[in-house]
Amino acid sequence: MAGVDDLAKALESTPGGGIILTSIDAIADWARGYSLWMMPMGTACCAMELIAASFSKFDFDRHGSIPRPDPRHTDVMVVAGTITHKMAPAVKRLWAQMPDPKWCIAMGNCAVSGGIFYYDTYSVVRGVDEFLPVDIYIAGCPPRPESLQDAILRLREKVRAESISPSRVRAVEGVLPLPGDPLRGETADAAPEGSDV
Amino acid sequence: MIEPQDTPTDQAAPALPDLDCAPDVVMPEVIYEGDNTIVNIGPSHPSTHGVCRVIVELDGEIVRHAEPVIGHLHRGIEKMAENRTYLQVVPLTDRLDYVGSMYANWAYCRAVERLAGIRVPERAEYIRVIVCELQRIASHMMAIGPAGADTGATSAFMYTFWQRELVVDLFESLCGARLTYNYVRPGGVSFDLPDGWIEKCREFVAQHPAAMLEIDRFLFGNVIFRARTKGIGVLDADDAVSWGASGPVARGSGVDWDLRRDDPYSVYPRFDFSIPVGDNGDVYDRTRVRLWEAIESCRIIGQALDGLAEFEPGTIKADGMPRLLAPRPGDAYDHIESARGSLGVYLVSDGSVRPYRMKVRSPAFCNLALLPLVSEGYTLSDLVVILGSLDPVFGEVDR
Repeated sequence: MAGVDDLAKALESTPGGGIILTSIDAIADWARGYSLWMMPMGTACCAMELIAASFSKFDFDRHGSIPRPDPRHTDVMVVAGTITHKMAPAVKRLWAQMPDPKWCIAMGNCAVSGGIFYYDTYSVVRGVDEFLPVDIYIAGCPPRPESLQDAILRLREKVRAESISPSRVRAVEGVLPLPGDPLRGETADAAPEGSDV
Repeated sequence: MIEPQDTPTDQAAPALPDLDCAPDVVMPEVIYEGDNTIVNIGPSHPSTHGVCRVIVELDGEIVRHAEPVIGHLHRGIEKMAENRTYLQVVPLTDRLDYVGSMYANWAYCRAVERLAGIRVPERAEYIRVIVCELQRIASHMMAIGPAGADTGATSAFMYTFWQRELVVDLFESLCGARLTYNYVRPGGVSFDLPDGWIEKCREFVAQHPAAMLEIDRFLFGNVIFRARTKGIGVLDADDAVSWGASGPVARGSGVDWDLRRDDPYSVYPRFDFSIPVGDNGDVYDRTRVRLWEAIESCRIIGQALDGLAEFEPGTIKADGMPRLLAPRPGDAYDHIESARGSLGVYLVSDGSVRPYRMKVRSPAFCNLALLPLVSEGYTLSDLVVILGSLDPVFGEVDR
């Protein structure tokens, strides 16, 4: 993305460059927002609802969200299910393998905070946001497929407010963290430490 | 606890019916010689049906050894149960076998009822049988469909998943949840059947066998599916018994063993049903046994819905249930036939309001242990199909 960043900086400083940049942004965001391919990081119960979401009754393909098991093809990682300490290095590594720009949806209470497994257990990571920058949180144990559908639509709003220039930050109401969150850049480049995968 | 009556002992196991379809393709045997390669599959891989890592030793394309590495979903549910009251453990058991939550609910509740000496009303037992047989159908749909998807027939998954959605809709109108029901409670069930539920259930049961026979014809009669699954992952009956396999994995190998008939519990002795048994022990038979079990489940549900009319609506909870159960010190074990096999729960009580120890005998764990045995000598692409046919659910394997 270094080339795109340089281009964005150069454009921004030239007269009239801002108009070109916003036009490019509009096209890029339109394209990105309508083809959010999913990396289905389904580990536990929520994976069943993730599967249900992509099958006949809910049919996520119509939103352009096609589940792809290869992280290199995908834009958004849907963490559906409990992440244990044993599984966390693998999730971290898969996240690192996804190309930028990328987003993360924490689906279900386990991915949000550990949920029912927050207390009294020794092996569960208390929320995937301990090591991934989460864009959308979906509560529920498990959430209904409609909730995931809502999350994809919310994420689309968020994607459409982003710019290819890192210096242009526009606030989105109700969706956290804001674009330009420093966490986003850090985790993307982090090497998978302690990975045994 | 309802004592078993007039146990049907002379029920012969019916063989799977013959299909009228094209002759089987015999795949040529390929022999490689050379150094073995180690290939790592998972823990995040679409073909492992969950978070399983398999370390495969390959000779060319032939699997010499496949070692499943489990524990990626170990959440410590057994340990957590020691810090919950008896009623609070029920939601945890939902998360064990998340494809068939009702079974773990029921197995746990039976153990609690045995421990505390609770007598369950018969209406509640009938409702439990109905929901668990519906759950068996829903769970088998998640085994048959992926078996097709593993061999490249994705459309079969669409058909089976549609049937699963119909069951899930029934459960949703029953208890409000699509997946984690928390429905079977110690001493009964949480809600009585809502208005119109019996009719909806009858509608489902009426259309389901025809849908299954359609899948039997177009998936199990498909020449590619047969070539990919017949004679693959063969498990003989002696091995199945000595490795502790149960459920469709054992029955696919010709072991005629089903707890519903052979160690009858609840009101199962009152129903007329048969246990489908395969004879080759390959992936094809294991998967097809599941399909015919789903059809048999429809028969049981139909009879249970008829029988339900005898009992007064609303009598779904045991009388005199205390708010906080504190059974006398002792232990209890009870098992039921889940969609994956014999699911048992062992509880130890020290007289307090919390279980001193809970141990789950998980059929998925025992069946997954067979993977090195049944996959040796087949190709890497067959390994995926074999793993799917063992139908592991990792919530239950790792607990």
